[in-house]
Amino acid sequence: MPIKRQTIRDHTAEANLVTRRAFVAFIGAVCILLAVISNLYVLQVKKHEAFQTRSNTNRIKVLPVAPNRGLIYDRNGVILAENRPVFSLELVPESISDLDDTISRLQTLLSIADEQVERFHKNRDGQRRFKPIALKTLLSEEDVAIFSAHKHLFPGVSVEARLSRHYPFGEIMTHALGYVAKINKKDLQKIVEAGEEENYKATYDTGKLGVERFHESKLHGKVGYQQVEVNSASRIIRVLDATPPEPGQDIILNLDVRLHEKAAELLDGKRGTVVMSDPETGGIYTLYSNPSYDPNLFVHGISNKNYSALLSSPNRPLINRATQGQYPPASTIKPHLALLGLEQKIITPDETIKDNGQYRLPKVNHVWRDWKRWGHGDVNVTKAIEVSCDIYYYDLAYRTGIDKMSAYMNEFGFGDYTGIDLYEESDANMPSRGWKRARFNEPWYIGDTIPVGIGQSFWTATPVQIVQSINTLVNRGERYIPQIIRGTKMENEDKIDLPKTLRPIPVVDEKNWDIVIDAMYGVVNREHGTAFRAFKTSSYQSAGKSGTAQLFTVAQNEKYDAKNVAAHLKDNAMYVGFAPYNAPKVSIVVVLENAGGGSANAAPIARKMMDYFFELYPLADEYVYSPEEKKSVLEYTKE
Amino acid sequence: MRKFFNALHIDLWLFVGLLVLMSVGLITIYSAGGQDIGLIQRQTTRLGIALTGMFILAQIPPSFYRRVSVYAFVVGVAMLVAVILFGDVGKGAQRWLDLKVIRFQPSEIMKLAVPMMIAWYISKFDLPPKTQHIAVGFILVCIPTILIAKQPDLGTSLLIACSGLFVLFLGGMRWRLIGYVSLLLGAFLPIMWFFLMKGYQKQRVLTFLNPESDPHNTGYHIIQSKIAIGSGGLEGKGWLHGTQSQLEFLPERHTDFIFAVYSEEFGLLGVLALLAIYLYIIGRGLIISARAQDAYSKLLAGSITLTFFVYVFVNMGMVSGMLPVVGVPLPLVSFGGTSMVTLLAGFGIIMSIGTQKRLLSR
Repeated sequence: MPIKRQTIRDHTAEANLVTRRAFVAFIGAVCILLAVISNLYVLQVKKHEAFQTRSNTNRIKVLPVAPNRGLIYDRNGVILAENRPVFSLELVPESISDLDDTISRLQTLLSIADEQVERFHKNRDGQRRFKPIALKTLLSEEDVAIFSAHKHLFPGVSVEARLSRHYPFGEIMTHALGYVAKINKKDLQKIVEAGEEENYKATYDTGKLGVERFHESKLHGKVGYQQVEVNSASRIIRVLDATPPEPGQDIILNLDVRLHEKAAELLDGKRGTVVMSDPETGGIYTLYSNPSYDPNLFVHGISNKNYSALLSSPNRPLINRATQGQYPPASTIKPHLALLGLEQKIITPDETIKDNGQYRLPKVNHVWRDWKRWGHGDVNVTKAIEVSCDIYYYDLAYRTGIDKMSAYMNEFGFGDYTGIDLYEESDANMPSRGWKRARFNEPWYIGDTIPVGIGQSFWTATPVQIVQSINTLVNRGERYIPQIIRGTKMENEDKIDLPKTLRPIPVVDEKNWDIVIDAMYGVVNREHGTAFRAFKTSSYQSAGKSGTAQLFTVAQNEKYDAKNVAAHLKDNAMYVGFAPYNAPKVSIVVVLENAGGGSANAAPIARKMMDYFFELYPLADEYVYSPEEKKSVLEYTKE
Repeated sequence: MRKFFNALHIDLWLFVGLLVLMSVGLITIYSAGGQDIGLIQRQTTRLGIALTGMFILAQIPPSFYRRVSVYAFVVGVAMLVAVILFGDVGKGAQRWLDLKVIRFQPSEIMKLAVPMMIAWYISKFDLPPKTQHIAVGFILVCIPTILIAKQPDLGTSLLIACSGLFVLFLGGMRWRLIGYVSLLLGAFLPIMWFFLMKGYQKQRVLTFLNPESDPHNTGYHIIQSKIAIGSGGLEGKGWLHGTQSQLEFLPERHTDFIFAVYSEEFGLLGVLALLAIYLYIIGRGLIISARAQDAYSKLLAGSITLTFFVYVFVNMGMVSGMLPVVGVPLPLVSFGGTSMVTLLAGFGIIMSIGTQKRLLSR
């Protein structure tokens, strides 16, 4: 049995071994530290200057500063679009250690819906590091106060203020004024194409509709710059140098908000539009389309629910009926056609035709009817306008032919953009042979020509086109572009833009224009006139023309029966007018969709609008009539 | 004076070094934290708690530590397993164990339990240790290292592996064996890269090799930190005047990246002074280790001291772009409670070893 060798531990030797190893380790540590030091020497001494430069560029940034958007006033200085400070709660996720906890604590502090939290998480995707992201926008003052008191509990969370657009009149002005909203991808593309990228660097919103969109370049202003010391969260520590932004121009519109309020009141519950303008300049007083909607919804991003409700509404509130609505102009263009007939000597003022309620063409097996079943009897050009005789115009159209009608109506602006300062405009349609060939690949038939005489067939026009044509008529061929903008607000005196003119229509004989305008006077002021009843008691002398546009083709030998026609196929009621008839200060067009006859439905609204207009802008005494005076004038003109 | 501190079991030389270091830490945190006095108050409170812990541990004789080594290790490993099974997730990693009363990271305990265990095991036998004892030691080191790496906490698992290996090294592991093991580890690296490392860990290494490749995410820390250090220059920008840190370009600036703040504001000269303090503390720790009475004490004190050095090296290395970014604080300077308590607990044990000598020596 082998003896187990008893070893005696040599403590001294072991101690020396450990001490030696400790010494070796110490030397090793010193060597490693020398390596660290040499690395730091390279960074801090050899490459110092390069890093110094990088450090300097790191902290000094040139930040763009958004200009304040120009304000918008109505013609009397009432503010229509203003900038209000809004507060939003913004988080820098990188600076928050426990994001979920922070958000849930914020939720208990302020009322933040889960939907907003979801949107916040969605917005985080693809954002730059340390970029603040909004959790809640449009904080109330109470929210701001509550958060401020608890700010120290929320590192990485802050309340940011910026200016945001507000429209105090809401839906009253929407279609004319439009709105601004966040710049989206498409807008950005346009901005880049226009070479305005630099100018929009700090801008959040851009005009999306109406005047806000059309006059964007005036309203936007010029970007400014700040040379600032910032932290990596782009938070400004101090401003070193600044070039202040140039605020956008404050613009004044021709619109009168009070007339818009009146129009909204009168059109309540109806689909339609009222456009009023100044025949002397083409300036637009009123451009109201009903139904409307609140533009403020769009400024901070409309919810899907609200937007799809607007989109799917059968009343189509998003359409600007004044400039985008394409309506058959119906009888409202009879004065223009009469003028054409007179100027081109197709008709004479005295010649009459016999109207027995029906119109036939030789060898054509089709009957065109007058709106009055038994006809108007003997009718000359004046009476044809006053009583709105259809047969007279069927005959006129037949004798004139589509080519001449089309060309002359083009001169009045039909079938073309008026050039109003809105991008939401349609050119509607003035039919011609070429158009029909291009559109349907069909020849123009004589049967197509006849209803053009009463503003039907393929003829459509926008209300703003119609009002422009009335202004041209009133001005004896002088043409103006309808303008919503009136000028620029200046510190001392406002700068008013000059009216924009178009090539005038050559006048053959002034008398022809007088005849037509007198006939329009007769529509309102002679007892058989279609709008006589509506304007009987007015204190001013106006002229006008009613119109009833058929949307439903009545079969031969059938009678149009309003009760049995579907609501959306009922006639459009229209009225155009101006006053005073011998020195016009205002022109108007009223269109009511599917409302029935123009003289019974549209004329009374035009009357109320004009009454209110002259209440706001009183006429000189010589143009004002008491009822007695008016009666004697009536009797005098009746002869 | 010395006698008074000796009676309290406080090693005066070491204590002064630690206090100087902690003061440097507070000064730098004040600047890095945006001159937030609240931060200083919190850090001071933690320092107070940690120093109290150190003082208590210094009163306990080294023989006690030797006796509880195995238990500490076993309990620690059990808790690591528990963390993996039921641990709390914080910042994407499972490190915390919630015992209702306190919430802590068991990996911190292992920073002391591992060197204690290995030292206990190695010192049972003659030094230098035989190859089979070295092998057992390796296995004992590997268990907690892998468990912690799985959490995943690369920085801590690295520190723990080092603390165990240092014991083997100090115990006299033969140079030739060290060479073989190094070769073996070198061969193991590619296997680790292809089979064991997670995507984000690989990304960290890649970013470390070329930080400019990813200047907005992982590389951002390194680039900004190098700019801070480099722009500091020889003399630094002055206290509270480091633009990189004051303008918040530096991330984690009062915790892991505090060395960048310090370098920016105090320059290379300041860094040399700081390194001198560290070297002084390490030297003092090694002297205590050399003077200790028994092998266990020597090995434990030496290992704790050298691990402390690894903290310094890894942190400075990662902040200055020499090493990949692993979450290791600058010891006793970085803001943070957990590492502070563990580090000072370690120094408590060293002080116990340095001041408590059995009367019947030699």
